[in-house]
Parts: sequence; C-alpha cells; structure tokens
Amino acid sequence: MADQEKDLYYVEGIPIPETPLPGERPKPWKATRIIGKAVPRVDAYERVSGSAVYTADIVLPNMLYGAILRCPHANARVKKIDSGRAKKMPGVHALISSDTPEGDVPWTYGGRGSKFKTKIFDPLCRFEGETVAAVAAKTPYQAWDAVRAINVDYEVLPFVSDERSALNKGAPAVHKKGNRLMRPQVYKRGDVAQGFADADVVLEQNYRTECEVHTPMEPHGCVANWEGDHLTIWESTQGVYRVQSSVADILGLPLSKVRVIGHYMGGAFGSKLQPGKYTIIAAILARITGRPVKMILSREETYLATGNRPPANMTLKAGIKKDGTLTALDFTCVGTGGAYPAGGTSGVDWQVRDLYTCPNVRTTSTDVYINAGPARPFRAPGHPQGSWALEHMMDALAKAINTDPVDLRLKNIPLYSQARDGQPPYTTTGLKACLEEGARAFGWKKARERIAKAGNEGPLRRGVGMASGLWRAGGGRPPSTIILKLFSDGSVNLNMGASDIGTGTKTVMALVVAEELGVKLEAIHIEHADTGTTQYATSSGGSKTVPTESPAVRAAAVSVKQQLLEIAAGDLKVDQATLSFEGGSIVSRNDPSKKVRITKLSGLRKRGVVVGIGYRGPNPEGKVTNPFATQFCEVEVDTRTGEVRILRFLGAHDSGRVMSRLTYDNQVFGGITMGIGFALTEARILDGNHTGKMVNRNWYDYKIPTALDVPESMVSLPIEINDTEANTTGAKGLGEPVTIPTAAAVANAIYHATGIRVTTTPINPVQLCRLLAEQRKEG
Amino acid sequence: MKNHREEKETGPGKRITRRRFLKTVGSGAAVAATSGALSGLTTAKAEPIRPEEIVRVNLLINGLRHRLVVEARWSLLYVLREKLGLTATKVGCERGECGACTVLIDGMPRYACITLAVESEGMEIVTLEGLMDGEQLGPVQRAFLEHDAFQCGYCTPGQIMSAEGLLHSNPAPNPDEIRRAMSGNLCRCGTYAHITTAVVRAAKLRRGK
Repeated sequence: MADQEKDLYYVEGIPIPETPLPGERPKPWKATRIIGKAVPRVDAYERVSGSAVYTADIVLPNMLYGAILRCPHANARVKKIDSGRAKKMPGVHALISSDTPEGDVPWTYGGRGSKFKTKIFDPLCRFEGETVAAVAAKTPYQAWDAVRAINVDYEVLPFVSDERSALNKGAPAVHKKGNRLMRPQVYKRGDVAQGFADADVVLEQNYRTECEVHTPMEPHGCVANWEGDHLTIWESTQGVYRVQSSVADILGLPLSKVRVIGHYMGGAFGSKLQPGKYTIIAAILARITGRPVKMILSREETYLATGNRPPANMTLKAGIKKDGTLTALDFTCVGTGGAYPAGGTSGVDWQVRDLYTCPNVRTTSTDVYINAGPARPFRAPGHPQGSWALEHMMDALAKAINTDPVDLRLKNIPLYSQARDGQPPYTTTGLKACLEEGARAFGWKKARERIAKAGNEGPLRRGVGMASGLWRAGGGRPPSTIILKLFSDGSVNLNMGASDIGTGTKTVMALVVAEELGVKLEAIHIEHADTGTTQYATSSGGSKTVPTESPAVRAAAVSVKQQLLEIAAGDLKVDQATLSFEGGSIVSRNDPSKKVRITKLSGLRKRGVVVGIGYRGPNPEGKVTNPFATQFCEVEVDTRTGEVRILRFLGAHDSGRVMSRLTYDNQVFGGITMGIGFALTEARILDGNHTGKMVNRNWYDYKIPTALDVPESMVSLPIEINDTEANTTGAKGLGEPVTIPTAAAVANAIYHATGIRVTTTPINPVQLCRLLAEQRKEG
Repeated sequence: MKNHREEKETGPGKRITRRRFLKTVGSGAAVAATSGALSGLTTAKAEPIRPEEIVRVNLLINGLRHRLVVEARWSLLYVLREKLGLTATKVGCERGECGACTVLIDGMPRYACITLAVESEGMEIVTLEGLMDGEQLGPVQRAFLEHDAFQCGYCTPGQIMSAEGLLHSNPAPNPDEIRRAMSGNLCRCGTYAHITTAVVRAAKLRRGK
C-alpha cells in the first residue's frame, strides 16, 4: 500500500518522450505536454508569501551592519582621514580605510587581468561615490553615525563630467595618460564611399541616448560570515560562481574556502554580474570583528557606484536606393564607461553592423573616461542605444523613398551574420516573421490608414511606430553541469548553479524535468545558486541562461532515464533496446507481460537514488544563434503639454521555443516597460557646471516607469521557431531582445504623430514642448 | 492545537477572527481617511525625544502585540525586518519612493521606511505575513501567483499590500483605478501589466467569485 502512495509521485500516466541511446543527442520534442504552457512559477508561493529569503533579508546572530563612506566629489584626492571620534562611537566594532592595514587590498575595475590596478580604498577618488572608509557597527544607524563622524580632508580636483568634452584640449585628465581608453575601434566591410555613390538617397543624422541607471529594487549588497578560514557570502547576484572567483582572487583564498549563496535576488539587469567593493569590504569587516557583517547599500549608493548604461553620442549616415536596397551605413559613436575601463561603447554598433543586409558598413567607436561611476553591463549592452540610431534612420529612409517602414525592413533581411568572420548563417532567424506577423496582429497598415484619414490636426495627435532588433548573443554556450537525483519514490531533486534573477529560470528547468521524466512539478525540488552545494554555472546574464541550462537539464534527465532502462533490463532479463516507458512503468515492447514499476526497480531501491549528470554540449560549428524582435506601438501626443501617452504595444519575438508562456509574456512586457523608461524619462544628470556630482540619485528625481506609464494594452506575440540546430531544447534567449527596439519604436511613433524626429532621449515634455514650439515657429 | 489567528486582537483582551479583523481594518481606513490624523501621535507627549534615545513601544502587528525597546529614530521598517524577522516587508530606498516596504497601518497602505516605530504605537499594522491564513495564501497573493504578477519578486510584498489596501476601500476597482492606486509601488522588472490583471482577479476572489 505504501508503495502505491509513493507511486503517486512519479508519472501522471502520460507517455514519456523517447529516450535516445547513450551518446545520442536527444531529438527535438514534438508535441510538448508541459513545456510552453502557462503554469505558475515553481517558486511563486515563496515570492508572494514573503517566505523567499533575499540577501537583504538575512539576519544572523551577532550580526553587525556595515556602512561605507564615499567620496562626495567628482574628482578628489584623500589627504587625511581623521577617524578618531568615529571609532569611539557607540556600537562601532571596526573601521577601515586607506589608513588601516586591513584596508590595503587590491581592486581592479576592469575585471581580472585588467591593467588598472587600484585599491579597495584608493586615495585618488576618480568619481563621486568612490569608497573612502567603512564601518561595522551594531546597528545600521550607528554605522551611519560613525561614517558621518569620519573627517576627511580632500584635495578637490578639476573634473570632466561630459564625454563630449572629455577629449577637448585642456580637459581635466581622469588618468595620467589622458581621457582616451584606446584608439578608436573601427569595423569595416565593403566600400562605404562607393556605397554612398551608388545610393539614390543619402541621409545623415546625429543621435544621443542618455545614461541609464539599473536601479534594481533590491539594493546591491551582501552578508559575509567567517567560520575559521572559511568565508560564506550571501550576495544579491546574478552569478554565485563569478562572485566566488573574484572574492577568492582578491582575498587570496582557495575557491573551496569561499562559499557564495544567492538564492533569491531582487533584480539586477546586468549590474550584479560581479561582486562590488562592498562585497570585499564586508568580508574584511567580518574577519576583523569575528562577526557576520551585513552590507546593504543605500539607494543613493546604487545610483552612484553600481553601474549604468553609458550615454551614447552617435552619428549615422545611410545610403539607400529607391527600391529600398541599403547601399552603405557609416556609424560613429562616442561613449564612456566612466572613470575606469567599463565598455563605454561596447555593443553600440552591433545593430548597424548586423541587423539589415548592407554590403558597405563602417563603424567607429571611441571610448573615453569621465569622472563618473563605472558602467556595468545593462540589459543588452549597447543595443538599445544603437537601435535608437539605426531604427530612427530606417524610419527616415522609408519616408524618404516613400515606402512603408515595415516593408523597407522586409526588403533587407539577412540570413547570415554579415559582421562575423566567415559570415556564418543563423541557425534560425524569425525577423521576417516578427515583421509580418507582428504587423498583422498589430493592425499596422490599418492603423496608419486610420490616422491618415483622421487628419491628425487637433491638439491630441496619434501616431504608430515600429522598430526591429537582434541580440548578438542569446544562444547560450557551455559550460554548465546539472545533477538530477531521482529518489526511490519517483520525486526529483534538481541541482544547478544558475541564479534565477526573476526571469523564471527555476520554473523553466522544472518544466524540462517534468517534460522529460513525466514527473509532476510538485515532486521536483530545486537547489540552485550556491557554490558550496550546487554545480558550476556561469552568471545568469546575456539572455543565455535558458539556452545554456535547459539542454544540460534535459541531458541529465535523459541520463536518469537511460539508467532506469538499464536497471529494468536487468530486472526483467530482457534486451534494453526493447524497453520503453509507459506511465509509471517500464515495459517490453515484445512482451507486455514484462513490466516493472519505476519505483520498484531494484537498482533504485538498493541505491536509494539514481543520479543523472547533464553537461551543456557545444554549439553547432560555423553557425550563429541570435534572437530577433520587432515591436509596434501607438502613441498619443498632447501638443499643448508635450506629454506622450503610450496607448498600446505589441512585441513580436523570435526567441526560439517558448519554454514557459507566463514568464515569457512577463519578460516581453517587462522589457517594453523598461524601454519606455529609456525613451521617455530616464537620464542620469551630472552637474557639469559646478560640482560634477549626480543630481538625480533617487527615484523621485530619476524617474522609472510606474503603473501609470505603461499602456493599457500590451500584447506578446511569440514567433515560435524551435531552433533544433541551436540546442536540444530549441530555445533562444529572451530577456534582452525584449528591450532593444522599444525606445526607437516609441520615437518613430512620436514622429508619425507630430512630424518631429526627437533624436535624443529622454523624450520628456521639456524637450518635446521646445521642439513643438520650434515646429510652430517654422510653421 | 491552538489556532494562531485566535490570538489576533484589536485591543487589550479583545480576540477576534481573521475575517472580522480585516473588516475592522477596513473601517479603520475610513476613519483615518476622514480624520487625517495619526492617532498615535495625538497621545504622545509633546516633549522632544533625542533620535538615539531608548523608548518602549507596544506595537500591534498582524494581530499580535510586541513590547519592544527601540531607539526613537528606528523606522518601523527596521524594527519589522531586523528586530522581529518579518522580512516580507522589503527595503528598497528608505526614502519613501518605491513602496517595497508598504504595510497597512490602520488599513491604509503606508511606507514603513518613513514611518517611525514610535509613531506606529496604538495603530494596527498588517504586513504581508498577516495576509496569510496559516500556510494558505490570501486572495491577493493567490491572484499574483496565478497571473505571474512579479519577476524578481522583491517589490511584490509591497505591491500586494497596496492592492490589499485598495480593495479594502474599493472592492471592485477598474484597471485605471488600480493603476492609480498602485502607482506608488515601483517595479523595475516592469510587471505592471500582470499586476493590474492580478488585482482585477484579486477583487473577484475577495468577493468570492
């Protein structure tokens, strides 16, 4: 009887997908039973009940609280630190700075191997928010009291806060060798001059996108605790193994002595791929005090010192024939990763290089230093910026040759990656389908006819816009190791190192297990994101987590099934090749009387568990896997106030197989929402005239979208092309492509509504009112 | 086994069930809205208190009384999270901007980060933990779960508390009313579309539909 109850856990009486022979690559799923369905997340209960423990929620016995004193100047040298009073304040257990031996620890902003060796507390503070000293105290209030009581004598130095003037003669030098990181990076194919000569129409335009700040809801931070020589860090991170290697490297510890845990984390968008100085500082304070130290940054600190999407100053010159053939694209970009090397122009030119067929392309990227916080990767680094320029331009070109913007893009769809060596083909490209099916679902032609017919005269003007994009990664890659443990009652433990940063990684992987093994979701438990107990995984970023981890999970599940078949062959004394799964049993196809329930298999009962290990295999050679996207929107512009209301949005996305419909749609809407902020409200403002300081370091002054800023109608239209060549689950990345074309689509809709091309973000009422007034004057 | 909710009370010695408790909170919201005053402050003495001064407070949280010794400057958020372990209420900005710390105080959604523990005395505080019926999710929580109305989940407790507060005062809000009521709760993952759908659903669940 007890056995029957246990049997309940196993299969739901449905056929389990065919099991490949050992060493064979699993065939693509045909009809899926649970993959792609809209099921609630496996960790939804934890997230809505408040029982999910985030890093900021950790409270340990005897825990102290850390706080960091940060440089209040854009550029300054620390001359003297007087911490006498602070050290003696109530509750203070430790204080470190460049003056204390414990504070003398190396740091590099450019990552491991970077030439830029600096220190955790470097007397030369090249940006506002650089670390100067840190305190551990009994309460955060006391820690901040002590931080405020530290007296620092700064030599305030001249600063440069605008990348556009950083290369001017006489501009203050951020580093000794000047403000240029390296020579401009140039990419070339074909003959651009010839391409322009061949064009019927040539347009040239300057564009700018402002610096955007990640501001995830959970501030950056960690809790550090030593047990002897073993350090445990709970970090709000996208990748526990990445944090582990950095911390071990900096503190000179063996990897085995650093355990990093990051189960739940409250958002990141690229800004938590790496540990921060705060992580190291917390570890040092914990070591000195012999107590756990919690270091959660204030919101202001996250604005100043935990990364951003760099501003981009772009020029794009484009040549086109009357029939819509692109003949040449010439693109330049000046950007800045702040005060240290941080990819100030990274990825910005990729849309221009690779999205549309064009034989003659040149891009020139110049990365400079300014006195501002270093950039960190931000959701599709560089791509929304480049999209802003290219998709604006495509819209203008369509107008110039009197064709529909959708049709112009359809005319220029490449089937291979032009920008890569050897021009490898894409495993799949759904760009054409995104454009065609997206336009149909949105009612693109009809909307344009409707608006043209209405005349668009009054103060409220309607417009529709669209833009496309691709993400230059998103195919996933090795390494990844997954361990799947099947218990004797048929329930499963899935062990993976990857973080679920809110995209639904855990849910997708549980669905893969359920699909392959026929196990109920409730019988799957997931352990993840812990270097002490879970397997190696790269950070969850780059829209690669699903295409990286899901094939490894599938491989582990297949391994479990193969072992079960092997055991069954022994138990039933038949050839393994004649066996198949049927409900919760394994049956011989030759003799249906040869049948054994999985939970009764001798090997499973003896060992207690069957363990399957899955590895992520290599990607196909000579091919590229990228996700593609097209988004459409309708806006209403109030020409009296300059306010823009976004009425509806549609995202048509080719990200391969849809693994989990609810989280898929959620990503699409989330990416669009973030893109709306990028287009309409978000901009880091540095006080260039007087102090170089950031003036909008909080959510009042730096405005991100609220519930009132998203359209009432949002549609997610998956262009589902199972990419069977890319990997064994057929999925491509989604998290980043969903925000790439959004801002440009909004700008194009505003142009359609008003006839004004707003080429710099954010399109706020201040800017739009000015442009509308100019338009009226020019009349 | 003693039922946890039986310990809930609205005043000294007054035990009520969870359902009645929520009703009481609902009417409390109306009183607070009309009087516009913080009832706790009216009883406080006018003597100034130094920020780091130790004060005794008696807080009513999720129907349970907590007698605590706090510094006068401690926020309700800090006391909930770091002293009482009620970490569903999240810390996002500590400046009253993001709503991650939203709790119900006398039925009204309020930011716990800019509410002092001492000023919360004498009021009924409900956190996300207080919406649970033992292990069972409340209707708003269930709706958020069904509609995937979150991604990272960090703002979610605050969103749910705002929705709960809204549904106390307006049991059947339309999407526009929902967006307005929820606009004090930021979600950087951008899940507003699903949140609005979830609140519509939650309203129906609460009405037993």
